[in-house]
Amino acid sequence: MQALVIVAHGSHLNPESSAPTYAHADTIRESGAFDEVREAFWKEEPSFRDALRTVESEEVFVVPLFISEGYFTEEVIPRELRLDDWEAGLWDSDGTSASQATLHADDVDKTIHYCGPVGTHDAMSDVIVKRAETVTGDPDVGEGFGLAVVGHGTERNENSAKAIEYHADRIRSMGRFDEVQALYMDEEPEVDDVTDYFESEDVVVVPLFVADGYHTQEDIPEDMGLTDDYREGWETPAEVDGHRIWYAGAVGTEEFMADVILERAAEAGADVSAALERVREATGGVPASGD
Amino acid sequence: MAATDADLAPDQFEDLVDAVTGGPVEFDGLVVQYEDDGYVFEVPDLHREHLSVEELERVAAANAEWVTNWHFWNVVVGGEGTARRAFLRWLEAADEHSVRARYGAMADGGIHHEWGELLVTVELGEVGYRRYELRHVDDSDADPAELTADAEPRDLRDRSKYDDRGRYRPLKTAPSLVDGWVLPDLTSGELKEALGFVYPATVENWHREHEGTLDVTHWRETAERQTGIYDVVDELPREAVEWVTEAACVDSQCLKRREWQYDEGDHLDTPAGDGAFPCREPCSLVVAAARKWTKLEEEDEHTYEFDLTPSEKAQLEEIIDAVADGRTDEIREADVYEGANRYRARYLRAKRFDEDGNLCGVPTEE
Repeated sequence: MQALVIVAHGSHLNPESSAPTYAHADTIRESGAFDEVREAFWKEEPSFRDALRTVESEEVFVVPLFISEGYFTEEVIPRELRLDDWEAGLWDSDGTSASQATLHADDVDKTIHYCGPVGTHDAMSDVIVKRAETVTGDPDVGEGFGLAVVGHGTERNENSAKAIEYHADRIRSMGRFDEVQALYMDEEPEVDDVTDYFESEDVVVVPLFVADGYHTQEDIPEDMGLTDDYREGWETPAEVDGHRIWYAGAVGTEEFMADVILERAAEAGADVSAALERVREATGGVPASGD
Repeated sequence: MAATDADLAPDQFEDLVDAVTGGPVEFDGLVVQYEDDGYVFEVPDLHREHLSVEELERVAAANAEWVTNWHFWNVVVGGEGTARRAFLRWLEAADEHSVRARYGAMADGGIHHEWGELLVTVELGEVGYRRYELRHVDDSDADPAELTADAEPRDLRDRSKYDDRGRYRPLKTAPSLVDGWVLPDLTSGELKEALGFVYPATVENWHREHEGTLDVTHWRETAERQTGIYDVVDELPREAVEWVTEAACVDSQCLKRREWQYDEGDHLDTPAGDGAFPCREPCSLVVAAARKWTKLEEEDEHTYEFDLTPSEKAQLEEIIDAVADGRTDEIREADVYEGANRYRARYLRAKRFDEDGNLCGVPTEE
């Protein structure tokens, strides 16, 4: 038997925080790829501490629904899952290249394949593009458009910006959009000045966040000038300084994310090939770049 | 007993014969084995031997509840040693009552258990399969037709996200589960899934407690493990941890039974609660709240001087009580005899607050 445990942040305040986790877990449950699929949260229940005991399988694939490598993926999650032999070096990562590490959780006596976060997976570049297609309603969007990938950014964790930069570079190299730019909430270049960074009249803005909440639905729309008051909503596209801003919700809410979670588990050795096909059909996804 | 309950499906008998090929079957009073001169079939008050396979099938059909019971537990449920199996066995007191007694009870209105605010009922379905029903304990006597029937565990997951006023429930074991719904026809697997959504990990930790393997982590260890913004919580004074548990961990706030203490051998005075399932360590909500209290407890005390009438002092106390007990909504609009009545509070504010919101015009010391 093999189990998938999707670990995510969750929230004490925002009921939408866990919604993408449940949605993607449901998609994967229906694919039948795993004997068991469970969700676990830092701020909700089951907690990371209790997560592994809720599955019966002896082999468990743990996939963090987080955007970047850093404090949560390298410190909090392994500690709370009681992966005693964990050390960040096991991922042998440059900040965006973590794949998986195989460990043993003593309290439940199970083999744990601890995967890198979904946010740094190559297929996330495709999810970002998919998000741009969804928000513009144009499956061929690209020509004449700029694309901004927006991250939280923080001086405490350089990997946070690395993940954003990584996908911006990859999408730029696809040559699909006229311009691609990484922007941040907490550091330069800032999302507040989005129109300064693009010549294209049309700019798609995709926040690289797991869930919609305060940042994606209040902060960023107001900072970009889409609206003076988030409660009043905004137009899509919205006119800002002579540009049309197509603001997509959090990338984590895109259905195709379920596919990225499966890809992570597959790279760690989970047998999910048949399910991958079914999930791609269900989510309208495309094979990850490089397949 | 209804005719269907006595039925034995052909595949169930085949499963039994297959199992006996691998060795004797002994389960809940049923014994079936193969000896050189034929099958042996035994249930309480009946022993048959030297049976051909045709004879075995007839005897098995005549004593179908024993065979379907074996089939349910060993083919359908399986999971020897798992929390899931132990919980399902506990639901029908399988280790205490005979198959016949259990089948009788399950066919006659079902066997009921409370699990937090959930009422779990196990009933007998066809050929020994169990049907599980879930509803809110407050709806225990309700006509199912008056309840909204949900089809699958996921529906309950969505329902349990908000309380009856539409507010988000961050603590799944808070006693604020909405009522008015029923999941009428669950398999054992679906029941386990539903419980996992409403009260995550409670079955697993209950099972560990029964097995004597519950791994309790006390306050000190939990606090010292924290990093990042929660690193400070190990500075919370011991007496404040008492107040934390009084604030957040008593039955009126959480249905788990607190098994963690301040430290091994250093027990907290706050009642642990009467919940069916244990709480094995401070939860994230308690840790997050403790962070705030740690910062608040760092402040020095000041002596303030206020002029209040005795009734005004009592009113402040009534307001704090009403908020702490979540009773503000119950206080009627015009019930000015209640200190926490809105008009009474507004009057007090008008009389005693200055334009900066300071009580009796006394500034808050920084």
